[in-house]
Amino acid sequence: MIDYISSNTEVIWRAFSEHVFLALIPVLLAIVISLPLGYLAVRYSKLYYPLVNVSSILYAIPSLALFLLLPPIIGTRVLSPLNIIIALTIYSVALMVRVVADGLNSVDPTVTQAATAMGYRRIKRLFSVELPIALPVMLAGLRVATVANVSIVSVGALLGVGGLGALFLRGLQLDYLDPIIVGIVLSVLLAAVCDSVIVLVQRRFTPWSRVGGRA
Amino acid sequence: MAGAEGTWSATLITFDEVSKTFPDGTLAVERLNFELPTGKITVFVGPSGCGKTTSLRMINRMVEPSSGRILIDGKDITSQDAALLRRSIGYVIQHAGLFPHRTVIENIMTVPTLIGTDKKKARSTAMELLERVGLNDSMADKYPVQLSGGQEQRVGVARALAADPPVLLMDEPFSAVDPIVRGGLQTEFLRLQGELGKTIAFVTHDIDEAIKLGDMVAVFKEGGHLAQYATPRELLENPASDFVAEFVGRDRGFRSLSFDTSDGLVLDPVDSVRAGSEVLVLDDAGRPVGWTGPGIAPESNPASVAGTFKAHDSLRVVTDLAITSPVGIAIRVDENGTADGVIRHQSLVRQLDERRRQRSGVTT
Repeated sequence: MIDYISSNTEVIWRAFSEHVFLALIPVLLAIVISLPLGYLAVRYSKLYYPLVNVSSILYAIPSLALFLLLPPIIGTRVLSPLNIIIALTIYSVALMVRVVADGLNSVDPTVTQAATAMGYRRIKRLFSVELPIALPVMLAGLRVATVANVSIVSVGALLGVGGLGALFLRGLQLDYLDPIIVGIVLSVLLAAVCDSVIVLVQRRFTPWSRVGGRA
Repeated sequence: MAGAEGTWSATLITFDEVSKTFPDGTLAVERLNFELPTGKITVFVGPSGCGKTTSLRMINRMVEPSSGRILIDGKDITSQDAALLRRSIGYVIQHAGLFPHRTVIENIMTVPTLIGTDKKKARSTAMELLERVGLNDSMADKYPVQLSGGQEQRVGVARALAADPPVLLMDEPFSAVDPIVRGGLQTEFLRLQGELGKTIAFVTHDIDEAIKLGDMVAVFKEGGHLAQYATPRELLENPASDFVAEFVGRDRGFRSLSFDTSDGLVLDPVDSVRAGSEVLVLDDAGRPVGWTGPGIAPESNPASVAGTFKAHDSLRVVTDLAITSPVGIAIRVDENGTADGVIRHQSLVRQLDERRRQRSGVTT
């Protein structure tokens, strides 16, 4: 095992960094896309069910199928990492739109009403009151989306896109356990680290959500 | 704070032919014409769906009237940007509506922060207000979820007062807390208003709260009509219609007694109950101990006096004592607790009857 790692450091490092890139870029894109979509679903309640239902359907498409379906639809090459990024962005958005909408809907109407009555304008109210209050729900959703992405990226290796999944394939092809173990350990580690980072962000920015009930 | 020097700007609110029809066709308020006097508490009271909350929310433009105007100090409120207008009007609601993600002190600092008050100054004002609404300094850094219902309401009031607005809107602020806490909050609210002298519009469905808190009371009825706009006393003694009389309640005659002091009553001397069938037992200092007599059960002899009244107490207190006394006699005491007069309920009824005759003689 040690031998394998020391003689393949470069390959493992490259697979790992590709994995990080492929898993996390879609998360960032999804945050940017799902915030306005989730807000629209709340602001115009007629949009809520269409958006949430379409999201659920998208989320139900198997990942391998989506990876293969995308190139003919959007005109990318079959081996392009763009396919993985777009597919994972779709999954993350599908998950996050609902989470953002539900997070915003979880804000007590008397609180938004009070904010308006205090003299908040709509945009300022959204950023100073509604989004901060929805943050715990949204971060919980973000954890699920991030961990799911870290795991789904491995499937991309079947298309030759890289990431830690490439180590699994190599192990299978050579009937050799070491790369598989290294791949699994690194993948789990990455998921755990990403999850912890989000938890730390949550602790830092939503101290109020952890204080006990009525004194 | 500025209030100590008595420099609060006082403000008059005028409803001028105000109507509101909601998009679904519901007529919420119809042709409302009345004035909320400067520096006074005006209570909007009525059954649910009578338009009282809608009327309140039109004052800070949370609801826009379909027709008519609302003026603050003679100025049409639509002449100002809604958000800016709202920053100059304090707002307190049921369940307080505190921001759960902000500490108590940050909640209180909301409006000062919005209007760009210096952070340090906003914070020290907020700390003063915290004390003013009867909360401890240690509450400052707690989050709303850590407070009791009564504490939340206090913070809500402090938040509404933070930018020193001349006008305060209160929408059933005390109805979500239990009756004992509510009574305390009401009393403290009156004390606070005594210091501040804000122009306050206060919505409640509880007529007792309206009578207790209001300088003026606007009784609304279904369809958003104003059934009567009067002082609490006028409301109890001369309800304008059967609707108002019924809404005010059956015991309005008894409650109207709270507006008169007992000072005009003719009392009997204490000596008159020192011998005879019912005897008032006094201690060495002349303080009432209890009643003895044939009507009192031996095991509870002497029977407790069931309370005493003092000069300036209301007729309501005296009447209540005469009714609850084991012998139908209310006892007045002086500052030292020494009995200095008694009144039998027969005598009280006769005097109340004379009072009623005199009052109707004056008013007709």
